[in-house]
Amino acid sequence: MALEINQTESETVTTEPKFGGKAVMLEEHIVEIISDSGEGAQKCGQSFGAIAARMGFGVWTVEIIPAEIRPPARSVAGASGNRIRIGSKRITNGGNETDLVVAFNEQVLLGRVRSKELKPGCTILLESMWRTSSNPRFAKSYVETYDQLVAAGYRVYEIPMDKECRKVVSDPRKGKNMFALGVLCGIYSLDLKVARQQIALTFSKKSDEVIKSNVNLLEAGYRYAEEHIDIKYSIPAVKSTENQIVVNGNTALALGVLASGMEICAMYPITPATSASHYLSDVFEKVGGIVHQAEDEIAACTFAIGASYAGKCTVTITSGPGYSLKQEAIGLAVMGEIPLVVVNVMRGGPSTGQPTKTEQGDLMTTIFGSHGDAPKVVIAPGTIEDCFYSVITARKIAETFNMVVVILSDANLATSQQPFRRPVFSEEWMAPPIDQSAVPKGAKPYDWDPKTGLARRFVPGQPNGMHTLTGLAHDVNSHVAYDPEINQQGMRARSLKLATLQKTLRPPTVFGDPTGDLLVIGWGSSKGAIEEAVEGLRAEGKKVSALHLTFIQPLPPGIREILAGFKQHITIENNWCDQWEDEMIDETNRRYSALALLLRSRYLVDIDCWSECRGTPLKPNTVRRVILEKLS
Amino acid sequence: MTEQTETISASECLIRMYDEQHEIEDYQKGVPRWCSGCGDNSILTAVQRLCRDEGLLPEKTVFVSGIGCSSRLPHYMNTYGFHGIHGRALPVAEGVKLARPDLTVFVNTGDGDCCSIGAAHWIHAIRYNMDMTMMLHDNQIYGLTKMQASPTSPLGLKSNTTPHGTYLEALNPLTVTLGVSNVSFVAQVVDWIPEVMYQVLSQAYHHKGFSFVRIIQRCTEWLPKLLDPWLHDRQRVLLLHHENGLEISPALAKSYTKMREHDPSNMNEAREIASAFDPIPVGILYRNDDVPCYEDLRHDSRLRTNSLIQKGLESEFDKFTIWADGNEPA
Ligand SMILES: Cc1ncc(C[n+]2csc(CCOP(=O)(O)OP(=O)(O)O)c2C)c(N)n1
Ligand code: SF4
Ligand SMILES: [Mg+2]
Repeated sequence: MALEINQTESETVTTEPKFGGKAVMLEEHIVEIISDSGEGAQKCGQSFGAIAARMGFGVWTVEIIPAEIRPPARSVAGASGNRIRIGSKRITNGGNETDLVVAFNEQVLLGRVRSKELKPGCTILLESMWRTSSNPRFAKSYVETYDQLVAAGYRVYEIPMDKECRKVVSDPRKGKNMFALGVLCGIYSLDLKVARQQIALTFSKKSDEVIKSNVNLLEAGYRYAEEHIDIKYSIPAVKSTENQIVVNGNTALALGVLASGMEICAMYPITPATSASHYLSDVFEKVGGIVHQAEDEIAACTFAIGASYAGKCTVTITSGPGYSLKQEAIGLAVMGEIPLVVVNVMRGGPSTGQPTKTEQGDLMTTIFGSHGDAPKVVIAPGTIEDCFYSVITARKIAETFNMVVVILSDANLATSQQPFRRPVFSEEWMAPPIDQSAVPKGAKPYDWDPKTGLARRFVPGQPNGMHTLTGLAHDVNSHVAYDPEINQQGMRARSLKLATLQKTLRPPTVFGDPTGDLLVIGWGSSKGAIEEAVEGLRAEGKKVSALHLTFIQPLPPGIREILAGFKQHITIENNWCDQWEDEMIDETNRRYSALALLLRSRYLVDIDCWSECRGTPLKPNTVRRVILEKLS
Repeated sequence: MTEQTETISASECLIRMYDEQHEIEDYQKGVPRWCSGCGDNSILTAVQRLCRDEGLLPEKTVFVSGIGCSSRLPHYMNTYGFHGIHGRALPVAEGVKLARPDLTVFVNTGDGDCCSIGAAHWIHAIRYNMDMTMMLHDNQIYGLTKMQASPTSPLGLKSNTTPHGTYLEALNPLTVTLGVSNVSFVAQVVDWIPEVMYQVLSQAYHHKGFSFVRIIQRCTEWLPKLLDPWLHDRQRVLLLHHENGLEISPALAKSYTKMREHDPSNMNEAREIASAFDPIPVGILYRNDDVPCYEDLRHDSRLRTNSLIQKGLESEFDKFTIWADGNEPA
């Protein structure tokens, strides 16, 4: 089997001293730890990220998840682990290729090499037990891979992890990850004291003995690095003066549900949304909340609608296939003007697509989804912090406007961690109590305000408010009505609410100068990568700026004016658009990316787009390349 | 402020009682648009009577339905109503009940709505056993969409989608329901014996749990003759009676002489009775008052105050917090 390794052009021999001398100062680095699933690389990576964050580094961690639960051991597609980007400044995305990788076997490593996730010539710390494996096939594959990696210019360190762990514990399979953590702490000069505390925290539900043996492994790894590895890095860290919390996007969403005052979450399990519901199931009951696992997504959505209708604005959390199933019910909530929060943690589509991979493919479905004209609010968090606050905002908008609010997160945010300022609780986050006061005699359930489209909602229990909510066309009394005028009136009111909301939004801010040669427009989780690339190019004198949109429906005011400040515009997205290079594609048939299409139609500006659907988060270097091409 | 206890005079009390006494008109709304002779009319009459007799507060009562002729029923009730989408009445009703156990919930659904497009929800609603009364308006046809076969259409029935007759044996809603774990109340009635329908609906309403009532309902528009043999031959109706089930009045006993004593706690016998269609068994087939209700299992008696939420949230934040120097709690 061909190795398909990137050959490095020239191996610049650095004059790093063998450790014992001074540590090499770095501004940032990307570290990966990968293993077969079940070997604990995820825990190691998360702990490494947490220790770094505690010490004041900027951190962004992303999970590396195999598509299958238990891929065969030592398989190329089976890499499970974590990717941690640490730096002295705040870090907003997963960055480019990996600088240093710890691998528990050469096969999972190969997977990463082939998907071009590793920087050419990067440092590899490889478990060497396979070299002497009693299975000749393993030994052969190990030796071959090792030789090719070295020939390709990678800097490979063979580490007898298994053997070293055996000196500390009897079953090294269970502890290798903490040994590896110790090695990484040693290489990156992380504080052992903080690392020990982190282990105590990670294993807080386990016995003291377990904690102790893991600390021993950590220290063994640390010592090993000092004694045997000739690299030592130091990244200056500035400890934050504010309390911060470190969670991934799904946990942030779930915390947002708690903080929004919502009481019920109805869901059906689906990757990559499920971990939000797992966490919520664990904690929601503490505050009197309920996670209801329905029989399917249609039931989850209609259950949520029933609960919302009865007075308790409810959230339903899902991903692509489940989101498709909910469409008819979402239309019902739109038609009945029932507040509802829907979270779609996007994954690769269509169909079952790429369950564990990230994509921004559902924007059009979200805006135009459900048959007929079904206006709903669409917001897309761009950071982990946004994930938290977006739920609070969504609940408020849903209840104020009696609308469906969809939050579009994605697998990238769902599995990434980034520290952000610890939120300060506010009573304003909370939902108001259910109105059970009598409705004035003669008041109508859909008394649409002619200017704003808003109508008061009557909740069961309110005397005089009795009416039958219906998904059929209806008049102000909620009576079924197919009268042409009445249908126009209802359509108008439901649409007007979006305009009314739009009037309350602030114009978005441009990242960089308000004028220039090129404006890069993005939405959702690509924010960090786009802004990082733009910042770098600006420092090189390029006249490029970025615009990130959080509200996508309605689009906030002020965008037309922003567009006018730039000669060219391009959206960069993680979804599909046709490429000009394809022979069949021309301006009469090119399918544009979702956001580009929306902006082109609204502002009549010739906005170009670039996108990819690789299942991986956009890299700053990719964005950089696209911008440079566009500018040339 | 000093605490005030409200005291009212005896006469005022009587006036209030009178005020709260509802007439059947208080539950009526609009003019039903069903075909004349449609069995849905008698179901509506029975539930309106039930509401009045039970003194249900219109504002605390919700009728939830799907889509179909039968699902129009909430529009004719002067209570809260939810006329949702095809097949999904049950999960909507479950959401209502979980959010608001204080509300009385009824569900009206058709044989297509419940047994075809909404079949998954039906199975699971039985399992959730939430306190509500469900009426399956089983006319053995799709009424609203103009005469297509339904899962309960008898074998060989000619319809617009089966011009040569249906190919499959009908699905039996009773045996299906009785086969699901947590089943707690199963009954069957026919629309042409109002007295029995009323009595069964009343017991269904009083049963705490998910009460499943299959109502064999005439569709005079599409299948005007289908049920005639049963309608005209009273020997083809089997009345199930028991001290814990249906009570048969002397008048009823005179017209319907075919009876069987059946203890609703006897599941095996219930299943056996449910399997037969001729004579049509009418009455309460199964009842178990000891099955827990999902809303009770999930209920939290604590008051959900802002401070409770804040406390929970802060303790979660604590788990994930990196404290700035000097802020670490002791
Ligand atoms: C998703 C969806 N599919 C199909 C329909 C069309 N439709 C409306 S009612 C109905 C069947 C009604 O039959 P049933 O549930 O037995 O009610 P009935 O009219 O007989 O009371 C169908 C197929 C719909 N409204 N929605
Ligand atoms: S079509 Fe049948 S079910 Fe529908 S209203 Fe007419 S008689 Fe009743
Ligand atoms: Mg029917």
